[in-house]
Amino acid sequence: MIAQRINGALRPVPTGALYALGLVPLAILVAQAVTGGLGIDPVKVIEHRLGEVALQFLVAGLAITPLRRWTGVNLIRFRRAVGLLAFLYACLHLAVWVTLDLQFRWAEIGADIAKRPYITLGMAALVAMSPLALTSNTLAIRSLGAAAWGRLHRLTYLVALLAALHFLLLVKAWPVEPMVYLGLVLALLAVRAIGSPARASR
Amino acid sequence: GLVGPVSAAGFSTDEKPNTFEEISNYNNFYEFGTDKADPARHARGLTIDPWSVEIGGLVDRPGSYPLDDILKGVALEERIYRLRCVEAWSMVVPWIGFELRTLLDRVGVQPAARFVAFETLMRPDEMPGQRQAILDWPYREGLRLDEALHPLTILATGLYDDPLPKQNGAPLRLVVPWKYGFKSIKSIVKIRLVDQMPQTSWNMANPREYGFYSNVNPAVDHPRWSQASERRIGSGFFAPRIDTLPFNGYADQVASLYAGQDLAVDF
Repeated sequence: MIAQRINGALRPVPTGALYALGLVPLAILVAQAVTGGLGIDPVKVIEHRLGEVALQFLVAGLAITPLRRWTGVNLIRFRRAVGLLAFLYACLHLAVWVTLDLQFRWAEIGADIAKRPYITLGMAALVAMSPLALTSNTLAIRSLGAAAWGRLHRLTYLVALLAALHFLLLVKAWPVEPMVYLGLVLALLAVRAIGSPARASR
Repeated sequence: GLVGPVSAAGFSTDEKPNTFEEISNYNNFYEFGTDKADPARHARGLTIDPWSVEIGGLVDRPGSYPLDDILKGVALEERIYRLRCVEAWSMVVPWIGFELRTLLDRVGVQPAARFVAFETLMRPDEMPGQRQAILDWPYREGLRLDEALHPLTILATGLYDDPLPKQNGAPLRLVVPWKYGFKSIKSIVKIRLVDQMPQTSWNMANPREYGFYSNVNPAVDHPRWSQASERRIGSGFFAPRIDTLPFNGYADQVASLYAGQDLAVDF
């Protein structure tokens, strides 16, 4: 079976490899920035790209459980790395917004977070991710207990939803891309509600 | 030349213009895609010769005016204007163009006219963005007649010493420097003088966010973002953020047009 062969092939891959792989988009971005390859307004490109990669990792994280249930491909081992990478990119995204975009205009930053729904949602997503990032280690799982830890980490569903809405609400018209992300998030949440197919419910 | 008779008249800013490359590679022209780099990528195939503009409505001499004919009657001049996008970024652009009012005078505006309505070319074959219903095509814009007749309001045909690049709205576009950039409609094929406030594309798409007037106003935020400041494109990572000025810094020239209007209502 293909799923078993994939699982077998992945067995020797250390989870550290995923962290290395996850930093590739950042490395590309830095390389492009240094060589002037980001176009006329590099700040916006960096800001958007960091946010987009964060959202991609969130979607990837949400896909891991359904993937195992429906296909048998087991990537659970890599889920912590995926989540922490999402958090890293989200933090960088915020940092670029505060420093290079808003340039420490704190009054405007505060007003934006309080008044603009898309920024409020984005900020809420990041805040909600923080306890998840802080408890993404074996010690935390042990001290919380697996059940409580699992309940806490269901916050991911909310985070992904907030992040996708954050993207959708910031654009001017109705372009396809943010709708695709929101669609993916909703689909991955819906799949969970449907439950597992019989053959995987062992 | 950098200093024309217009600079002497005080219409041009002495701020440093953005480069040709910046101005022609960072565009909002959704007919060619929603990414800022899309217009430069996709506008190449646009046919701009022959080009004519249908001028009609409440005018004495309606008709289809070939571009050559329109340009025969005008003196082109340089206007270095600030351009403030509704998305809170800005540039400084050295346009070549002529005052809209010279064209309106020529076609004879009738006394009943109160507004001017403009339309962009509709040609999905050459404008790939029009194959998606991002906006209700063709793109439409409008001005009140007094705004249209204001000497700051120009029709542009050039950029620096070159013809206007297609991604910037060739061969003929409006420039209204005290309003958000989307009011300055590109690649114009229709001008109508009318007695009612015309429909405008962004207002049709989202009336809560984009008003008919859309004067640059730091005190009236876009519902989704602040308009208090803007980033001046062109300095890479350190493009400075600057305070946005009422009427984009042209208040001395145009604020009187809106005397008695509440600009938070007529946004």
